[in-house]
Amino acid sequence: MPRVVVDVVLKPEISDPQGQAVLGALGRLGHSGVTGVRQGKHFVLDVEGTPDEAELRQIAETLLANPVIEDVELHLETQPGS
Amino acid sequence: MRIGVITFPGSLDDVDAARAVRLAGGEPVALWHADDDLAGVDAVVLPGGFSYGDYLRAGAIAARAPMMRIVVDRAREGLPVLGICNGFQVLCEAGLLPGALTRNSHLHFRNRDQGLLVERADTAWTSSYTQDQTIVVPVKNGEGRYVGADADLDRLEGEGRVVVRYVGGNPNGSSRDIAGVTSADGRVVGLMPHPEHAVEDLTGPSTDGLGFFTSVLQGALSA
Repeated sequence: MPRVVVDVVLKPEISDPQGQAVLGALGRLGHSGVTGVRQGKHFVLDVEGTPDEAELRQIAETLLANPVIEDVELHLETQPGS
Repeated sequence: MRIGVITFPGSLDDVDAARAVRLAGGEPVALWHADDDLAGVDAVVLPGGFSYGDYLRAGAIAARAPMMRIVVDRAREGLPVLGICNGFQVLCEAGLLPGALTRNSHLHFRNRDQGLLVERADTAWTSSYTQDQTIVVPVKNGEGRYVGADADLDRLEGEGRVVVRYVGGNPNGSSRDIAGVTSADGRVVGLMPHPEHAVEDLTGPSTDGLGFFTSVLQGALSA
């Protein structure tokens, strides 16, 4: 069954206090080389038949992400071993 | 006047909202999110809480409930709709109000009595107030930070659609201290603070919140 991955991240201009909290923790752990963290969401959709990219884009942009504050990336994957 | 209060799975403040409607002199009507009939109500309140456990995004799944599809259609025809806290998040997710509510900038849940400046005393839900009146009502949220693109916020302010603004401190990092906004026609209002918790001396910090509910009743009488 084809698998579609949707990544959702806050737009660059929207501040991300959760990412900043993670960055602060990394600093306390001594990982000073990490200079920025943005936290997002990762959706894995199993799709029957041939994925309809237009429909998937609509799903991503109208439900999985809020386009007012978030950007979305679609990745069509061929499932390994299938 | 009959005012519907929609309960979603995870709504918390529907009973308080119904009580505020009753104290203001209206008849509250309990509505269920999965139904698709507004039961002939004259206005709708979307209460606070954590519909669907805030899964996906606060208000995102509730905004797609069957009853909300009807609310969206009717609101575009002028049905007065008030969204409080989670209800405000639902209205933004449903596209009835601009902007979005995100995680508080300090990452803490903030619960306190909050000063608000009423900048629009001519919407369906704020006509009982006077322009630039300061009121105090409780605020309680973890994802109440109002955000939008700068150009959109400029346009919103230019159109005078900020209804209430935080004064005496911003509880969640909202852009430009915005606590509540309205639709272009002034019939749909959303705000993060809770006017329904400030309707009686016994339980609230004030009775300042009652004005939201008397406003819509007066509007119906004069219409």
